Amino acid sequence: MAEASYPDDLKYHAEHDWARIEGDEATFGITWYAQDSLGEIVFFDPPAVGDTLTKDENYTEVESVKAVSDVVAPLSGEVIAVNDALSSSPEAINEDPYGDGWLVKVKLSDPSEADGLLDATAYEATLS
Amino acid sequence: MTADTTQLRRTSLYDAHVAAGAKLVPFAGWEMPIQYTGIREEHKAVRTDVGIFDVSHMGQVQTTGPRALERLQRLVSNDVSRIPEGGAQYSLLCNERGGVLDDLFTYRLSDSRFLTVTNAANHEKDLAWMQSHAQEFDADVNDCQGNFAMVAIQGPNARALVQKLADGQLPQRFHVVQRMVAGVPALVCGTGYTGEDGVELLIAPEDATKVWDAAVGSGAQPVGLGARDTLRLEACFHLYGNDLSEDWDPIGAGLGWACKEATGFIGHERIAEIRNDPTLPEFRLVPFVIEGPGIARQGNAIVGGGEVTSGSYSPCLERGIGMAYVTPDRAEPGTQLQIDVRGTIRDAVVERKPLYRKES
Repeated sequence: MAEASYPDDLKYHAEHDWARIEGDEATFGITWYAQDSLGEIVFFDPPAVGDTLTKDENYTEVESVKAVSDVVAPLSGEVIAVNDALSSSPEAINEDPYGDGWLVKVKLSDPSEADGLLDATAYEATLS
Repeated sequence: MTADTTQLRRTSLYDAHVAAGAKLVPFAGWEMPIQYTGIREEHKAVRTDVGIFDVSHMGQVQTTGPRALERLQRLVSNDVSRIPEGGAQYSLLCNERGGVLDDLFTYRLSDSRFLTVTNAANHEKDLAWMQSHAQEFDADVNDCQGNFAMVAIQGPNARALVQKLADGQLPQRFHVVQRMVAGVPALVCGTGYTGEDGVELLIAPEDATKVWDAAVGSGAQPVGLGARDTLRLEACFHLYGNDLSEDWDPIGAGLGWACKEATGFIGHERIAEIRNDPTLPEFRLVPFVIEGPGIARQGNAIVGGGEVTSGSYSPCLERGIGMAYVTPDRAEPGTQLQIDVRGTIRDAVVERKPLYRKES
């Protein structure tokens, strides 16, 4: 998507990741700002289902033509699904970072960690 | 992105870049466009049609006077006496140990007037070196960076586009002519850094916008430094600071063809030693393609010795490509390499140059 957007229904990590929290599960991805800074994404190396993620730690990489970037887990938990479609069409991360460009789904180990994340307004404020 | 942008220099085309929607980044002390519409789209425009690059950050050094030829012959690695008037030649600037200070293009504008194009990051260093060495050959060595803007117009349709804007025939490859282009005086050089046909234009900074606007108005796609890098890497052209440095020698870099030791240039003794010693060089630069997913990057180690000096994604091959210094036993095309890509071992294969070849 060409224009910056930060949906209100998501929680944000200052390292440019988002989480869509539904009960004790969440979907993770990278923000519009992150994909725009990276440029055209050409490779996503997903974690494995069953991997344990720790809040604030790197769990995967996305690569654009010009650079590789670590992706930080916004919350802790166990990977229950990865977006396999990205292996053939990683550009979905650029085109639809909050939809088809999602990276993983996670079973949260401590849903209360979400209290430490930013809302859309607070995250956007960190970008200026 | 903590770089202090207040000290960066801007080219005379800065406003044109902003108007074209460029993403601007610090590069070698300049604020340069890394991309406009996207690296892949810009890359493919150059491979299939025509693109225009602002390369005004590159430097120029003019060497003039009756002994200008001898001065340059001592300074640079190639045989300068073989450049005809109106000709161009690639060479290296080496230190006494044969280490590479820069790679250069020299244009012979007249019998005793030469213009040498330097890399932006090396320009000041090169100029000081060229002024302080080979002084036994009296010549004026002058900084001309402020005199020129430089644009490259590259791609299968580049010559036809520039021809329509020019008042006379364009130069052959590796030649240079003075022409009017888009109504302004230009040194038109049959050179480039993309593996495609095309020209590079040296023009007065105040005229740059006229040439840029005319070329873009005729269909040239603005191309940033991002695609400039992927294009040159597919063509296996060296990038100083990645594939060339004072730590690598020209023979290992595969640039022995640009070194004519008989001319007696600075560093020739060491380069002759390396060329003649069957146990040297210790490492050779080879192009590679990653087999499967993943992209190797500069600094990744080759298992068994050596390292990747350039690595990126190839928009034409749609996979990871690069160049790496490897031990001589692994330098043959077809050799399997293993590359440590941030902890994951990726398989790669040594290829022949260039990595991208036009279908004929």
